[in-house]
Amino acid sequence: MSKLKLGMYCAAGCGGCDISLLEVHEHLLDIVAAADIVFWPAATDFKYADVEAMPDGDIDICFFNGAIRNAENVHLAQLLRAKSKVLVAYGACSSFGGVPGLANLYPIQDVIDRAFTTQSTDAPSGRRPSASATHDDGTLVGLPAIAGTVTSLAHVVSVDYTLPGCPPSTDRVWEVCQAVVSGALPGSPAIVGAGSKAVCDDCRLEKRGTRVTKFVRSHEIIAEDGRCLLEQGIVCMGPATRSGCGGQCTDALMPCRGCFGPAGDSVDQGAAMVAVLGTLIDSEDEDVIRRTIAEVVDPAGTFYCFTLATSILGRARAADPHTEVRS
Amino acid sequence: MTEPPFEPKILGILCTWCSYSGADGAGQSRTAYPPNVEVVRVMCSGRVDPSFIISALADGADGVLVCGCHPGDCHYVNGNCKTAARMTVLSTMLEQLGIEPARVRLEWISASEGTRYAELVAGMTEQVRALGPLTWNSTADKAVSL
Repeated sequence: MSKLKLGMYCAAGCGGCDISLLEVHEHLLDIVAAADIVFWPAATDFKYADVEAMPDGDIDICFFNGAIRNAENVHLAQLLRAKSKVLVAYGACSSFGGVPGLANLYPIQDVIDRAFTTQSTDAPSGRRPSASATHDDGTLVGLPAIAGTVTSLAHVVSVDYTLPGCPPSTDRVWEVCQAVVSGALPGSPAIVGAGSKAVCDDCRLEKRGTRVTKFVRSHEIIAEDGRCLLEQGIVCMGPATRSGCGGQCTDALMPCRGCFGPAGDSVDQGAAMVAVLGTLIDSEDEDVIRRTIAEVVDPAGTFYCFTLATSILGRARAADPHTEVRS
Repeated sequence: MTEPPFEPKILGILCTWCSYSGADGAGQSRTAYPPNVEVVRVMCSGRVDPSFIISALADGADGVLVCGCHPGDCHYVNGNCKTAARMTVLSTMLEQLGIEPARVRLEWISASEGTRYAELVAGMTEQVRALGPLTWNSTADKAVSL
């Protein structure tokens, strides 16, 4: 049997997904025994021109991580879609827009101003990177146009499989790699490397049915071991998040942040989490209830930490013709 | 040709025991109020999943009005308490997403408050009319060349 051809690309992401593939440790030797890596900018020296020169469908499977933020991301998404038989949205950014998708809470000009004019930026000249910037020798070093909104990979090209997580859990990544080699992947499109229930289903902490009188952030209290974090008033995204990670964060008494995306058939983690929190408060006095729930800090940023771009309202915004990526 | 004036589309979700009866009462006593709120009847305001409200806004509603029994009067004991909690945090969340709080309201309407329901609908319709259609800030979202 000829070896599989494997690609991996990082768009608007942090590089953690690239590392997560290396986290399979010695299994990496099994992967390279079964597959040739034909494109992986983080690990090997291939150029875009090498990919452009490939015949269509030449890559057997391509793991695409990172969200779609600019015209370069769109170009590579389209290029790798054409060159790959199977395209996998790898990680939360590629699957749901991820943390970069939180930029969609602000108009794009505010995002750019924030990036280039705040205290952390040392640019006394006030110069901004631009599409038409030149080196001193006159060479053009134009940057790709930035999109109005961050979107998921599936917003710009068709995606065969979604492998969620920030980053995807090592055990799940290895399972998916084995399934690729043995041809045991399910029919596409499908979510792979994840369960179908909520994180609570795998969480070892015990739910006792108690309600809360206040909400706290995880750094404000020392959580009691063995007890459901939500019942201790810590906003944990477990009930609104797809299982598959094995409850790694809650096992360490850190609340779930929701990186596997919405659980089950739900499409909107924020709506699901609002529904959950509504049932938790130990009071039937309207004023007390409203005061208590108002203690939840930054609901949009907390509930949509990884899925703002693919939330119901996020999709509505991305569908606005004025937010199309200019490529 | 001049554009027709903006008529807000508002989704009303009313609990069957108090608020729907209240709205019915407004009709039976022939109280006139704007036709902008289109009503869906549910068994309890506690049945209103936040995704219903979010989906309505994404699908073209300019506002959503949820009505239930007054606290203490819920036919299911405390369904409306859950709604009060959800609507409070939902309002903050939607404001972060650029949706004005006045577009999404929770009000308690008892079966005998038909007049109050009519006034509420009239008031909310004017508030949403003043806010204008719910759209994303298209110019702000435009792709830019760095």
